Amino acid sequence: MGKLWEVFMLSFSKISQLIDSWLRATFNATWTMVIEMVIAGVCVIGLFAALGLVLVLMERRVAAWIQIRLGPNRVGPGGMLQSLADTLKLLVKEGMTPDGADKFLFNLAPFIAMMVAMLLMAPIAFAKDFQLWDLNIGVLYISAVSSLMVISILMAGWASNNKYSLMGAMRSGAQIVSYELSAGLSILTVVILSGSLNLNEIILSQSDGWWIFKGHIPVIISFVIFIIAVTAETNRAPFDLAEAESELTAGFHTEYSGMKFALFFLAEYINVFIVCAIGATLFLGGWMPFHIGHWEGFNHVMDFIPSSLWFFGKTFFLIFLIMWFRWTFPRLRIDQLLNLEWKYLLPISMFNILLVTVMAILGWYF
Amino acid sequence: MVEEIGRTADGNIIINVGPQHPATHGVLHLVITINGETIIKVEPHLGYIHRSIEKMCESLTYRQFIYVTSRMDYLSSHINNHACALCVENGLQVEVPARAQVIRVLMDELTRIASHELWWGAMAMDLGAFTPFFHAFRERETINDIMEETCGARLTMNYMVPGGVMQDIHPNFQQRVKDFIKLYKSKISEYDELVTGNIIFQNRMKGVGYLSPEDAVSFGVSGPPARGSGVSCDTRKTYPYEIYNQLQFEEILETEGDSFARYMVRIREMNQSIKIIEQLIDNIPEGDFQAKTKAVLKLPKGEFLQKVETARGQFGVYIVSEGGTTPYRIKFRSPGFSNLSALDHMARGSKLGDLVAMMGTLDLVIPDIDR
Repeated sequence: MGKLWEVFMLSFSKISQLIDSWLRATFNATWTMVIEMVIAGVCVIGLFAALGLVLVLMERRVAAWIQIRLGPNRVGPGGMLQSLADTLKLLVKEGMTPDGADKFLFNLAPFIAMMVAMLLMAPIAFAKDFQLWDLNIGVLYISAVSSLMVISILMAGWASNNKYSLMGAMRSGAQIVSYELSAGLSILTVVILSGSLNLNEIILSQSDGWWIFKGHIPVIISFVIFIIAVTAETNRAPFDLAEAESELTAGFHTEYSGMKFALFFLAEYINVFIVCAIGATLFLGGWMPFHIGHWEGFNHVMDFIPSSLWFFGKTFFLIFLIMWFRWTFPRLRIDQLLNLEWKYLLPISMFNILLVTVMAILGWYF
Repeated sequence: MVEEIGRTADGNIIINVGPQHPATHGVLHLVITINGETIIKVEPHLGYIHRSIEKMCESLTYRQFIYVTSRMDYLSSHINNHACALCVENGLQVEVPARAQVIRVLMDELTRIASHELWWGAMAMDLGAFTPFFHAFRERETINDIMEETCGARLTMNYMVPGGVMQDIHPNFQQRVKDFIKLYKSKISEYDELVTGNIIFQNRMKGVGYLSPEDAVSFGVSGPPARGSGVSCDTRKTYPYEIYNQLQFEEILETEGDSFARYMVRIREMNQSIKIIEQLIDNIPEGDFQAKTKAVLKLPKGEFLQKVETARGQFGVYIVSEGGTTPYRIKFRSPGFSNLSALDHMARGSKLGDLVAMMGTLDLVIPDIDR
């Protein structure tokens, strides 16, 4: 009965432990590790595909809702299978390589985009005790790997041998390198407060309240900066200068078609998911339920909601926020974009981080 | 000048914006020389949608050629038709019934609002905001429905004929226009909230694409782009036609001369059009909707010119008649052509993203430029 209840509670940690103990009982240690890695790999790819489908559909639905129209509503019940049909279409399309392109780099770029997105998945805690890689420098790892994204975009833009692509790639390079700074600095505020680079420990440090509530105004400021910076880092509107449909047709992926385009498209949505997951982990407590200080009864009630639901709820809320930006704001110009970062966000983040350090030393937080 | 690898002698890159490009809203082809993101030169290339309408008109009768003009500036087809009808009426010395005159002005102003609505949506889309387009279409559809009911068409109406209008207005017309005014007034604040007041939008528009009044005049710029530079050029005021001199409305002038001024001129012009419609909608006089004219129209020998104010600027029809049933020569002065000529001057030294914004504020309709 107890086990059934836990399965019902979608407790990923229990399921993974059950599989692990069964594997250990059946195979030797080496094979167990190999099989578990294969399972993890398959799970990541499955999650990838599922997230891609869900997020594309969600984007279109959110867009339709904001733009007073219906959105996809023909394929499947309520248009649920629309993105599946789109994927099928992209699969059967010809993946063209332009004549003047550097063929090797041109074909490599989408895979690098995809690989970076996959690597970023590793240290994220999807639920209580459910994590692919409990890395003790998780935050550092994420900021290091996420900057690789720019390489794939530069590669795609350069190898396409198209001026629009090149301009998009150059814009993207300037943009991602700049905004990484304030994203990193705003992440640091939480690292300072929690005293750890390990994502799991950061989550556990929020068991009596999420950092956004515990950290007063400085953490709220860094949360806002984080959201702005990651919107820019993932090339989403209003910072979608790398794609800039009305100026550069489609920017760095102008020349891509078929599945190669789909990989870029998918990588963009996965990146949005990942940055939102990191935002949720750092500022909104990840899988940690909504706890208030020492209200034991209240906290206990909150614990009954499965931790995975908390994690995905928070993440999708942030994703919705980023989609909301996209369908509301016009695009910035390249010089305004860089001004915003270097003249406003970076100085504010730096000052903010000093403030948080003082706060952490003096213990001025709950 | 243009070398094979697409670079100028001093190393600047040449890119082709168009003829197929999302920013040009049609088949306009701009050859742009850029240095990084900064524009050195903009060279418009025309001819991709040239249908030789002026030559075609020479073999069409004075009743027929009006239909072709709907296909020039398709967003203000009523006003184009109006200009041609007025020009032919001038030649024939026909007195247009008062009812027809009021209907014509009503249609003109509704067209102007519809055109500006579309421009507003497309303008925001040029700047990367997609949502305003759908909001603009919500109101524009209402106008299109009104047009469909009365004229039988939604885009190329062909409603104005020499001597009046083709048929009487639909019985629902007045009520539906009043409903539209109510809808418009309740929704116009959304436009300001969504776009005009947006900080990103204002930063993108203010101080960008400056056009001095002197340059506006020397490039022959007319309509909202010229009025955004403070040049008074509203044909409805300067050369009143139909009943415009009896109506109460202001000519909108902004003096900044930048993209935002041109934007504000159009937004404020929509309100003036609403004001004109409100004055007329309850005062449509009874009577004929068309004057009695001969079956075959023959203009006396001579030259005839009529200027009107379309949504984009001054539109002129110049007919040379030899006394036959078809024009001997015909020339249209389209506002878009002259407005486009100022683009190079405005865009030099600004960023590529701003070029798209400037083109948006010029409100180019390519079939109008190319005829």
